[in-house]
Amino acid sequence: MGKQLAAVIGSGQTHHRSKRLDVSMAGLCREAIDRALADAAVDLADIEAVVVGKAPDLFEGVMMPELFLADALGAVGKPLLRVHTAGSVGGSTANVAASLVHSGLHRRVLAVAFEKQSESNAMWALSIPTPFVMPVHAGAGGYFAPHVRSYIRRSGAPEHIGAMVAVKDRRNGARNPYAHLRQGDITLESVRSSTMLWDPIRYDETCPSSDGACAMVIADEGTASGRPAAWIHGTAMRTEPTTFAGRDQVNPQAGRDAAAAAWKEAGIADPLSSVDVAEIYVPFSWFEPMWLENLGFAEEGQGWKLTETGATEIGGRLPVNPSGGVLCSNPIGASGMLRFAEAAMQVMGRAGEHQVDRARTALGHAYGGGSQYFALWVVGAGKPGAEPHTGGRP
Amino acid sequence: MTDIAVVGFAQAPNVRRASGTTNGVEMLVPLFRRVLADTGLSKHDIGFWCSGSSDYLAGRAFSFVAAVDAIGAFPPVNESHVEMDAAWAMYEAWAKILTGEVETALVYGFGKSSAGQLRRVLALQLDPYVVAPLWPDSVSIAAIQARLGIEAGRWSERAMAEVAAHSRAAATANGLAQLAGPADGRVDVDDLLAAPYLADPLRAHDCAPITDGAAAVVLASGSRARELCERPAWITGLEHRVDSANLGARDLAASPSAAAAAAAAVGAARIDGVEAAELHAPFTHQEILLRGELAALGLGDEVRVNESGGVLAGNPMFAAGLACVGNAARQVMDGRAGRVLGHATSGPALQQNLVCVLEGRDQ
Repeated sequence: MGKQLAAVIGSGQTHHRSKRLDVSMAGLCREAIDRALADAAVDLADIEAVVVGKAPDLFEGVMMPELFLADALGAVGKPLLRVHTAGSVGGSTANVAASLVHSGLHRRVLAVAFEKQSESNAMWALSIPTPFVMPVHAGAGGYFAPHVRSYIRRSGAPEHIGAMVAVKDRRNGARNPYAHLRQGDITLESVRSSTMLWDPIRYDETCPSSDGACAMVIADEGTASGRPAAWIHGTAMRTEPTTFAGRDQVNPQAGRDAAAAAWKEAGIADPLSSVDVAEIYVPFSWFEPMWLENLGFAEEGQGWKLTETGATEIGGRLPVNPSGGVLCSNPIGASGMLRFAEAAMQVMGRAGEHQVDRARTALGHAYGGGSQYFALWVVGAGKPGAEPHTGGRP
Repeated sequence: MTDIAVVGFAQAPNVRRASGTTNGVEMLVPLFRRVLADTGLSKHDIGFWCSGSSDYLAGRAFSFVAAVDAIGAFPPVNESHVEMDAAWAMYEAWAKILTGEVETALVYGFGKSSAGQLRRVLALQLDPYVVAPLWPDSVSIAAIQARLGIEAGRWSERAMAEVAAHSRAAATANGLAQLAGPADGRVDVDDLLAAPYLADPLRAHDCAPITDGAAAVVLASGSRARELCERPAWITGLEHRVDSANLGARDLAASPSAAAAAAAAVGAARIDGVEAAELHAPFTHQEILLRGELAALGLGDEVRVNESGGVLAGNPMFAAGLACVGNAARQVMDGRAGRVLGHATSGPALQQNLVCVLEGRDQ
């Protein structure tokens, strides 16, 4: 039968907060699902299958929570899949849901991702001693700080670049009604005077810990034609081991391979000229220039120049994270899907105050583990092949 | 729809306690070597990798990340993971091949139940707000299900013991089995019934053993499958469904999701019977329950069930469902059967079920 077209026809997300004590896990998921169904103008009865993603079960203290959530997810009597690929899981979940439509198996699939970090303790969950692994006990920031230092050394980037990313993303987040952190008044000076957590990563350059969920309805061509839709032009997932001799953690091969595969499938030769807006998984500010290079938007060592010249601001050549990104909201398991959904919202013209003008082609990106799991998708306002990805903006 | 087949299957020995880590690497490396050797593939030929495992079983976050070391995943691989039995990873891989993006997939699952107290670990699958705090363990919930079925006249303790006796007798021919009857294959049902209850009405023989293990399956599409395997086990129906988690809101003596998945898979395959079935029934009464759901579809007494001994002879969590599908497929690949059914379950009291119909073709 061959690959079938697939498109996002609606998305929804929760108001992300450090503790959503007003809802259970079921209520949190349902808040996002109900918004996605309303956005897509479909009912749960129209959904044929449900794909759920979240990061480690220890983050909530429930083993395979999708089982107890089956009723709230509207999955009873239907196929239910649960994906877990570390921090990239939100993106992977969207890609698996897309594959159920691309394969011709289903016409309308609900993708849901969530994390309710307030129900347990992520630092505890990540600090269980395991054989043959030296415990870091410093959280993700302690793990990634050496990679950032290495990037700065290799690229010669000036030290204020990280703070510039933080200012941009937090100000963008102020335009996003769902964002956890909305700091429209943040300045370069205030970021650079915030507490140093893991040199060179300061407090204001670090993602929050959030409760939140995201959902999308992914549909086949018959359902999506003739209505607002974000057509899926390319998807990719790549994995490499956590550690091995010679591994480049700053610019991992798995990320480069995933990007190359997604660009190729989408028919994009020059990402910087072809993509109008990118939602990239940036949990610590410096990962913006690092991933811009890894994704092929800039040559190695040059990504920070896009940040410094303002190209990644809303209105710039390649707006990055107009939603505020992971630096503003980080319900870990949902963070990747939020990137994918925000990309879809942009090309559907539904991003509200953080809408990028004339966005036709957008990237959603997620990564996880020790920068070893990557998931991407490229979405467009038109069907694949209907129009060239020339960049809709000036 | 693209033709896709199981072309390779391997399973680790089912043991009470494996010496390796909870990451599965030590169990998986020999399995990958075997299925790749059997199919003549190298790891670089695999288009997509997909695994099933559980962090809670491993007692750590991200256990599947370390399992990737078993692949030797550099250059990087196209890979995904489900926090489910690996039978559902096989479903994801099957869908991936259907998209046309890849031609081959290697699916694997692993579980080291000996690392914890399985029946208490599984209690954490329940609603964390109103059920799990009571710590109803997995054996006790299965016992409630068994009791309801007995009182409804759907099975008896003797019929359950007969399932165990059949499993142990069949398992004497399965070199990977953890529990098997005496060498002569004779297991006395009255002897089994003389044993004390573990959780009334369940006796030890009614419950699958605690097992460490792993399994791997290779899938391939169309002509590639025929190149890799003399007699591929073609997947003609693959479906899964989930039931409500609310134990008090459904008839536990039935399994609507198993019935619906089986009906859909059998319907997709357009068949009126199978010669053999491998049913993932961790408790004896659940095999009877599942046979009843299949009989309602016309798959009745003529079906040879669990000739491998089934999971009562060894139940490697998160690999067992994939192993059931693999053991069914092997009957086709070996030429012992033309049409088979593999089944996997997950969750308390058969909450979630997957059914796979596989067929050999003469050509």
